[in-house]
Amino acid sequence: MIEDLKEKAKELLTSKKVDVVIGYEAGTYKDYASPSFAKTAKDVDRFVWNKNCVNNLAIYITKAKGKVGIIAKGCDVKSIIGIIQENQINREDVVIIGIACDGVEIDGEKADKCNFCDVHTPKIYDILIGDKIESKESSQDKYKEVAEIENKSPEERWKYWKDTLSKCIRCYACRQVCPLCYCDKCFVDTTVPQWIPMSVNEDNNMMFHMIRAYHMASRCIGCGECQRACPMNIPLNILSKKMTKEVEEMFGYTPGVDIEAKPAIQDFNKKEDPDKEFIM
Amino acid sequence: MADFEPKIVGILCNWCSYAGADLAGTSRLKYPENIRIIKVPCSGRVNPLFIIKCFQQEGIDGVLVSGCHPGDCHYTTGNYYARRKFALMNKMLDFMGIEKGRVQFSWVSGGEGAKWAKVVEKVVADIKKLGPFTKFK
Repeated sequence: MIEDLKEKAKELLTSKKVDVVIGYEAGTYKDYASPSFAKTAKDVDRFVWNKNCVNNLAIYITKAKGKVGIIAKGCDVKSIIGIIQENQINREDVVIIGIACDGVEIDGEKADKCNFCDVHTPKIYDILIGDKIESKESSQDKYKEVAEIENKSPEERWKYWKDTLSKCIRCYACRQVCPLCYCDKCFVDTTVPQWIPMSVNEDNNMMFHMIRAYHMASRCIGCGECQRACPMNIPLNILSKKMTKEVEEMFGYTPGVDIEAKPAIQDFNKKEDPDKEFIM
Repeated sequence: MADFEPKIVGILCNWCSYAGADLAGTSRLKYPENIRIIKVPCSGRVNPLFIIKCFQQEGIDGVLVSGCHPGDCHYTTGNYYARRKFALMNKMLDFMGIEKGRVQFSWVSGGEGAKWAKVVEKVVADIKKLGPFTKFK
């Protein structure tokens, strides 16, 4: 598999079809893989593919210059679909080297996202590495954690989030690592107007995380990178999943599926959108 | 809590709700004076950050966002986009544990001065019941 991958990447670079291929190399520590950027065929020799290749490399395609080749798992391809849908990159400018992946591991344990994976074979690709893997319907409830919180009373929910989010040190790693957080200037970085005070306290953290999750609505594909990057182990996935769930229920839209579809928040349905339920 | 007078921010679209509120005034309708109005070009202009920002301000207990009825938008589709945003905002606030009724939404047209007065009365009554907003402060 890895030889096939290297060969295809080298071919792309030598034929000048792409300027850079983004892939994985062995990390500094055992059991970790790091992003790797190959600009020449020689650089490709560093590439690896194994269970530790968790990173969602789609984050780099909006930042790379020229044509990009990217090694992408099924979940990463979902992010790429989102980026193309929002016109951040042209489909022609990216060569997707899809990988048939049957799950990755974080610290030796199966990653949470892999439990619900429906894209073992990527949805779109230009080159496919490995044999196609059939996706099975997951028996586990994707929204179990969300439902647990929904069943609490408003006071309990407030307390839960206040306790959970008070750990946040506002390092913004969750924002930096997210492939769909591509704004040049983030709302937390503006000072005029200053939407959210810089100081780290419970209330400001709450506001930041509410808006971060809100911005993820109709975009988040559940790659779980925000939670993995979080140094304080805050379950950020729950917030993003809640928004995805609501978008699915109210607008019937699932992010990262159809490259031609309009993201739910940039679209509307005159007749069927909720109205009387909450608007006077 | 009997003498609690809430302060409410009203974010109104220029073309319908603001005109509706104006009509309520020129028609000499009486409604609670707890509301402070901010005019925006369209309900589609309302960024969820506006609502969050309102709650940071000292003494603000509630927010009312109002725009044209669906189909009546001056910019044709602004309030359809707004409706989706509000629906999500509503669910988000509820999920975070902010009481229902702190943030309310309404459609008020330029001819509905009486409806505007009723909407404000309802919002003020709801927020009086909930008491002062102390989260985020």
